[in-house]
Amino acid sequence: MLPVCPVILPLFTAALLAALTKLISQRLSQAIAIAATVATLGCNLWLMNASAAAPIVYWFGNWRPRDGIALGICFAVDPIGAGLAAFATFLTLAAFIFSAKYFDAVGNHFHALLLAFLAAMCGFSLTGDLFNMFVFFELMSAAAFALCAYKTEDPGSLQGGFNFAVMNAIAAYFVLTGIALLYARTGALNMAQMSRVLDSRLPDSLVIAGFVFIVCGYLVKAAVVPFHFWLADAHAVAPTPVCILFSGVMIQMGLLAFARTYFAIFHHSFAAHLEALTNLFVTAGVITAVVGSFMCYLQRNIKRLLAFSTIAHLGIMMMGISLFSAEGLAGAAIYTLGHGVVKASLFLVAGILLHRFKTVDEWDLYAKGRGHPCTAVVYFVSGIALAGIPYSGLASGVDLIHAAAKATGFDGLRWISMGAGAVTSAAVLRAGVRIFLGWGPKTDRGAAPKQEESPETDEGHSHTPFTMFLPAAVLAAIGIVLGLVPKLQVAALHAAAQFTDTAAYASRVLDGRILPIASIAHAPPADLAGGFAAVLIAIAIAAAHLFSPTIRALSNIAIKPLHWLHKIHSGHIGDYVTFLTFGMACFGLICVYCLQ
Amino acid sequence: MKRRARKLFFFISAVALGLLFALAYHGLPAIGLVESRYGDLVNAITVPERHITDAVTAVNFDVRGFDTLGEEFILFTSVMGVVLLMRRQKDEPGGNHEDKARGRVIPPASDAVRVTALLLVAPTIVFGLYIVAHGQVSPGGGFQGGVILSTASLLLYLCASYSQFRRAAPKRLIEAAEAFGATLYILIGAGGVLLGGLFLENVLPLGKAGTLASSGTVFFINLGVGLEVSGGLVLVLLIYLEELVEEKEQ
Amino acid sequence: MTHLPYAVAAWLFIIGLYGVASSRNLIHLVNCVGIVQSSSYVLLLAIGYRTGRVAPVFSDISPKTPAVDPIVQALMLTDVVVEVTVMALLLGLAVQIHKRHGTLNPDRLTKLSG
Repeated sequence: MLPVCPVILPLFTAALLAALTKLISQRLSQAIAIAATVATLGCNLWLMNASAAAPIVYWFGNWRPRDGIALGICFAVDPIGAGLAAFATFLTLAAFIFSAKYFDAVGNHFHALLLAFLAAMCGFSLTGDLFNMFVFFELMSAAAFALCAYKTEDPGSLQGGFNFAVMNAIAAYFVLTGIALLYARTGALNMAQMSRVLDSRLPDSLVIAGFVFIVCGYLVKAAVVPFHFWLADAHAVAPTPVCILFSGVMIQMGLLAFARTYFAIFHHSFAAHLEALTNLFVTAGVITAVVGSFMCYLQRNIKRLLAFSTIAHLGIMMMGISLFSAEGLAGAAIYTLGHGVVKASLFLVAGILLHRFKTVDEWDLYAKGRGHPCTAVVYFVSGIALAGIPYSGLASGVDLIHAAAKATGFDGLRWISMGAGAVTSAAVLRAGVRIFLGWGPKTDRGAAPKQEESPETDEGHSHTPFTMFLPAAVLAAIGIVLGLVPKLQVAALHAAAQFTDTAAYASRVLDGRILPIASIAHAPPADLAGGFAAVLIAIAIAAAHLFSPTIRALSNIAIKPLHWLHKIHSGHIGDYVTFLTFGMACFGLICVYCLQ
Repeated sequence: MKRRARKLFFFISAVALGLLFALAYHGLPAIGLVESRYGDLVNAITVPERHITDAVTAVNFDVRGFDTLGEEFILFTSVMGVVLLMRRQKDEPGGNHEDKARGRVIPPASDAVRVTALLLVAPTIVFGLYIVAHGQVSPGGGFQGGVILSTASLLLYLCASYSQFRRAAPKRLIEAAEAFGATLYILIGAGGVLLGGLFLENVLPLGKAGTLASSGTVFFINLGVGLEVSGGLVLVLLIYLEELVEEKEQ
Repeated sequence: MTHLPYAVAAWLFIIGLYGVASSRNLIHLVNCVGIVQSSSYVLLLAIGYRTGRVAPVFSDISPKTPAVDPIVQALMLTDVVVEVTVMALLLGLAVQIHKRHGTLNPDRLTKLSG
């Protein structure tokens, strides 16, 4: 029963809260929601621990496989899936605590929606069936659309929500088309069974097209360039507790789907062409990191800045996964944790600023943060962590990714990740110095136009409630010291080894047998030089921007040729869908060409 | 991007996407010749093992029942989202619609429409209930029957006025009924666990194939889903009609 | 023609995408998303069809009669009803945009550029 609980508990509580919506007070509904979240967290942590040796397989309705045909739907719980679900639950808990005094929830719908969102994320990470994953993807999307456009009095919020909804809906239909194509070839919807059917044959264009449709549909959710346009719009307008979930874990679900689909189904089938695939997806990751960093630095709306920095860091995670090795995957997993907590903390600080000063515009907030030392400390700690200071979660993850890159022959990736980390951290630090210290010039030329943001609470408040400050501080603290957790990298490597072993997975799910896992790489030494260098570069960039008029002028000149990149992010849904079509066609044709 | 640039860019991408589709279809067998052992196996076992004569319902609510639970909650969440999104704001301008034709007189509903709608309400409700209850026997089930039931409420709106429609379908009751339908699915699934099986296992007696009293838990799940779907769609109709009525009453 | 239904599905998909990309009205745009949705259903059902077989309902025929694939029908059946509500959500967003921005034309929605 336990593998079911992370999905059933939140769903049942959501339905219960919706049924009792007018009968119980908001306090009680909040307490019930938090209790359900804590229980789900417990379940997920237990599952993560229990599946360390081998995946836990649960067949719904007791429909077990017959003759190698998986009749029913199964949950195949492994540490990476359960770990991501646990992380999602943890961030949801932070979101609930933050929103305690935050804004006037309408009835109890906010809690019910957030619980449904949590249930979908848990189900998405734990399932072993391709169509079941799609169903939870749709549930995640439906809850996310409603949560994103929550502030209906804010016009930007509606447009951001609309762009987000249309892009994700179309991505879902791409995924469904891919599932249909693969079903036609394999006659199966269970991932392990599909891998067995595809195993023996060389992939033809049908299988490759199915792969591309499914994977690129999920990469839209993961906001990889050129599918990333909706992310900044959605983040900029969603309520802050929702933003931390979007940036911290929902985007990474898209990457998990990419990794899961590849390793559970296609790993053996595409083994002969691994290099071509790696080249393609690593390039996508690199472009994402570069575009994200560049756009991040140009923003003046703090939430949009953080959204683009998420895209940049996502590019780094994508690079790690695209190396298609256990080391890269382990690195991406730890990076997800490290990035998630730090980004959540930064968004919460943005939420605090919005609560106090009714704006999140960097220029409008100039020097307003003076006299808020605690919030400033949390902000700067998280900003430094974003660059990958040694022993932070991000550094721990990126060390593994670098080791994997070196093993696969992609040495240059470490400069990209260092650069992306430094630039995004510089943007955050620059904004922080302006807001909390009031140093440097108030405005910049050539930055993004102003984005209005309506406040989320009724009046500007004179002090920050404890329930808002505490989650931000705790998350920042976790982000900084995560790399010091003993054996974190070793545990991640074990989990990744289990995740990437297609044959063992299929054998466990379909036959119930546990096969021994392949040998596991050693944890690399911490890269102190690289980490400190990235932090110093970030501080240097921020300082140069703020205190040196010459460098500012030079950078304005240098940025001008890239002005078109800025203009492409137009906020127009037609443009976004055009890029989606373009990206889908590109990925598809390149894969068909390279993999045959 | 300018319109023309976007159209050109899209045209090129669409041609490439079409090419991708064509390449994919190259590997597909001709229509009618695709094989699937999964489908054939389900067809073979649905009557002997579950006494369900409609294989699609067997797949939906028994073999792949967990998917349907997820889908039901997507519906539930979307309806909750619609309720949330269309809520009245404090500063909302009423009737600010410049694109309405000036001086347009909206004629009242004709008597023919009203009488026909009135006559159709009861048969629609009966038919909807029939479809919901007979899901395991013939094509039908909770989803289809629920949609038919919700159209009965729309017929009620057509033959009466909006305020009478509201009185016949009070919002709170509908919301509670919808949420109850959603929890019912989970409770039935958990019931399977309590009776010693796995979640959503069909643990009730299976009865005789082809009759109403067959298929074990599937019958009850159908009722729950029918309640939820009809409640959800009526709620969506209520909310949208509210917008329309606000306009008319300006 | 052996592959015509599949080609229809691909055409619907692409023309739906074109509708979304070039639309000047949000309601029209949401309907085009619905067309993209239908294309995936057409593909699913076409894949499930078997020549010369009957519908998978055995209430009046022998359970051993060869029937078409019930799996794909089940997959899309629930999806159709569910997507109605997702479309309702999108249309609700469009209605609210009209109320707040005063326009349904995406070209005139400029709050989120940059």
